Amino acid sequence: MATLLRVSNLQTYYSSFGGARVVKAVDDVSFTLDAGETIGLVGESGCGKTTTCLSIVGLLPSAARVVGGSIEFAGEEITTKRPREMRRIRGRQIAMILQDPMASLNPLFSIYTQVAEPAYYHQAIRGRPLRQRVQELLRAVRIPSPEVRMREYPHQMSGGMRQRVVGAIAMAGGPKLMIADEPTTNLDVTIQAQYLEVLKEIQQESGVALIFVTHNLGIVAKMCDKMAVMYAGKIVEQGGVRDLFRSPKHPYTRALLGSMPKLGSKDPLYAIPGHPPNLAQLPSGCAFHPRCPHTMPRCVSQEPDDRHIDANWTARCWLLDRQVQEEYASAIA
Amino acid sequence: MVDISEQTNAAAVAVAQREFASVGRRWTSLARGLPVLPLAILVPFIVIALFADWIAPYDPTEPIAGAKIFEPPFWMQGGGTHALLGTDFQARDLLSRLIFGARVSLIVGVTGTIVAGTIGTALGILSGYLGGWVDQVIMRVTDAWLALPALVFAIFLATMLGPSMWNIVIILGLVYWTRYARVIRGEVLSLREREFVKLAEIAGGSRTRVIFRHILPNVLNSTMVLASLTIGVVIIAEASLSFLGVGVPPPEPAWGSMLADGRSMLMVGDWWLTVFPGLGILLVVLATQLLGDWLRVRLDPQLRNM
Amino acid sequence: MPAPLLELENLQKYFPVSTGPLLRRKLGWIKAVDGVDLAVWPGETLGLIGESGCGKTTTSKLILLQEAPTAGAIRFGGEDISRLQNQELMRYRREVQVVFQDPYSSLSPRMRVGDIVAEPLEIHTDLSREALHERVAEVLELVGLQPEVARLFPHEFSGGQRQRIAIARALATHTRLIVLDEPVSALDVSIRAQIMNQLEHLQQTLGVSYLFIGHDLATVAHISHRIAVMYLGQIVELADSLELCARPLHPYTQALFTAALPSHPDQRHEKLTIAGEVPSALDPPSGCRFHPRCPHAMPQCAHEAPVRKEVAPQHTVACHLY
Repeated sequence: MATLLRVSNLQTYYSSFGGARVVKAVDDVSFTLDAGETIGLVGESGCGKTTTCLSIVGLLPSAARVVGGSIEFAGEEITTKRPREMRRIRGRQIAMILQDPMASLNPLFSIYTQVAEPAYYHQAIRGRPLRQRVQELLRAVRIPSPEVRMREYPHQMSGGMRQRVVGAIAMAGGPKLMIADEPTTNLDVTIQAQYLEVLKEIQQESGVALIFVTHNLGIVAKMCDKMAVMYAGKIVEQGGVRDLFRSPKHPYTRALLGSMPKLGSKDPLYAIPGHPPNLAQLPSGCAFHPRCPHTMPRCVSQEPDDRHIDANWTARCWLLDRQVQEEYASAIA
Repeated sequence: MVDISEQTNAAAVAVAQREFASVGRRWTSLARGLPVLPLAILVPFIVIALFADWIAPYDPTEPIAGAKIFEPPFWMQGGGTHALLGTDFQARDLLSRLIFGARVSLIVGVTGTIVAGTIGTALGILSGYLGGWVDQVIMRVTDAWLALPALVFAIFLATMLGPSMWNIVIILGLVYWTRYARVIRGEVLSLREREFVKLAEIAGGSRTRVIFRHILPNVLNSTMVLASLTIGVVIIAEASLSFLGVGVPPPEPAWGSMLADGRSMLMVGDWWLTVFPGLGILLVVLATQLLGDWLRVRLDPQLRNM
Repeated sequence: MPAPLLELENLQKYFPVSTGPLLRRKLGWIKAVDGVDLAVWPGETLGLIGESGCGKTTTSKLILLQEAPTAGAIRFGGEDISRLQNQELMRYRREVQVVFQDPYSSLSPRMRVGDIVAEPLEIHTDLSREALHERVAEVLELVGLQPEVARLFPHEFSGGQRQRIAIARALATHTRLIVLDEPVSALDVSIRAQIMNQLEHLQQTLGVSYLFIGHDLATVAHISHRIAVMYLGQIVELADSLELCARPLHPYTQALFTAALPSHPDQRHEKLTIAGEVPSALDPPSGCRFHPRCPHAMPQCAHEAPVRKEVAPQHTVACHLY
């Protein structure tokens, strides 16, 4: 299977106060995605997952810049592309869904106009075929009576429907990669479930690859083939979803899994002490060490390297380093 | 795959930092520094106004002994250093009158604004928080008040109350409170729905407590910004009233009345009688407006999180 | 057998909908809360779960006396709260507090933390300044914060810490019931567990009751002793938390369970048993309100509204299937 997206050692920094303050929002992030695969980008607020996506899609705010690493999409390096070239890729090859559907939809234009736009510009479809395409797309996202509803306006629809329209717009250009940034956070539970099913169906039919950004491990468990856990701008563990859920290697992954309440169980939740770090003032060494139950002296002084547990499973933790473990064991003996 | 080498990396970071530096410096001075220009103008004026009694060379209401009327400033022919900026139609020292006039303008400006701000904020809060018919009544009164042409109304009140500096302060306060009421009411309407206000109500807080502890502190920012922008307007209003003869009564010096007195002499070329008071008004109003602008940027919560 | 602390009896809240300001013709009623019976016992946590439009927010507003019921009664300690006046009303306000969802707007931005926490005490008691300080320090420690934070302002704290402050404030006056309206939904995942554990610990120590309103089944089930499921203004099922998770009876509850996210990738098998969206409360379906979306709908369901009855010990359902 061809690799569709390869992110290597990506570094995106925010600069403020005249360059005096640099925030390393994304610091050495690497992952790959094949056609048709779904990867979950998991982390809490400020971990860098949204910035990673904005870097891929080329929509970083003016204060942020990709300062290192590379992003290769369909064999081409896209960090060096000019804005005009990126505009052709955006919408046509890479699409993005955001959290708030009302912010993504223009209240002044009909659903038809908005869903048709990507197909109009990127695939140059016009007239009758365009109308049919729009209806097809709306049907794919399970909007009933699309011929009627496409004449409506965003304010006439409910939140769940709007989010589905956003999905239709995203698919209209026929993208190979779709990035969904917390699309279900504002939706009710049953609406969320329906929406996720719609996404899965779209994916199966069109073979689009999906990056799902979320803080909710349940969504990752339901939707994703592989996952990457982010903390303080770095990926601390990534691998197959089943592997990570069954035996997580990084203490943060373990802690996140342990802090999720499970239906039907009253087992005490594991509460991670402390709070997510301020990216402008990161702790020394491993950024997670102040909150980690297994901190060793090396964790404070040195940042851990990315170690392989398996061919497709890596984690950044000194616990994986045999030599370090032995040193520690002998030190406390 | 294209590899970005170490060198290109470092260069990219350097370029990025240099580019951001220029933008950053501008923002730094705005966000961190004091507003240099307005303060450079206002502080001297305030000092002059405060210490007028000691700074002014002469009594502003008495003619200088031995001086002629309409003497020009010292650097022109016919002028002398005994009256640095010249004399007026009663041979009174222009400089001293300017200095005391600054005091009048600033006092009336500040206190008039305080009166307007207090009335307007109070009505705005009551209107926004209590709602119902209180809101309706206050808003209709505000509408009616706004329909009155400010200056004409001020003149009317001045003729009714009689001329004196403190009457002018009250009058100006009564004329200009409406701009506060509207804005503050709007803020209170949204504040009222905020959770911390609801929490205070649920906890059993009386309306008085909620207004004074929760609403008022959060509208003070807006009040202050409005106030700094209003001072200029009030000063000009006072100058206008004095110019028209219904402001601060003679022989008390006021920049507006000095303008009126000197107006007829412009034709014959005695420019100093109008230009200096006019310059005074211009500078003070400009400074307060700039200060108000700076305050607005500083205090606006949306811009605060930089 | 102790008496319930809070009792809701056949509670109704209808909001009138009228056209325009001039004509004021009544179009109908939004039946936000339509016949709710609930009880919260001392020291227990009752979970209230439902989606948007189910009426849980309106219910909490009724309990907090922010709205007055159209019909029905709310009793606290046996007394009808709509009849409370002056002193008794103040006592109710002292004993029933709330914690809201958004930690960023529930604390007064220009007040110090100590003053925020002390406010209920200032309103209801006339303790001396030293006594106030002491109580504030006591309660801050109870929620896991150091007493020294009292002199800081809210903006210096993170979301999780602010929620702790909000909880401290809610506890300050020896509260007996706290209404928690989605208290952890706006917090980071790693902080949620901290707050949940803290809440449980406080309940064990102080014996305070909670009405925990939420939309996430797993979270609500974890902290609640009993759970009430709400749909379009009515309680459709009420049971002990573990019992509900093991045996959800009402089709809507079952749908919520199938819609709930799995906690492990191996659990992804459940097929969603619900379609469509919640109908408007302005014109709810006849008979059983859930029947248009119910996979088990029978002819009877469209005509006759089911009555909630006990089907298993301490487990009530409103459904014609039983």
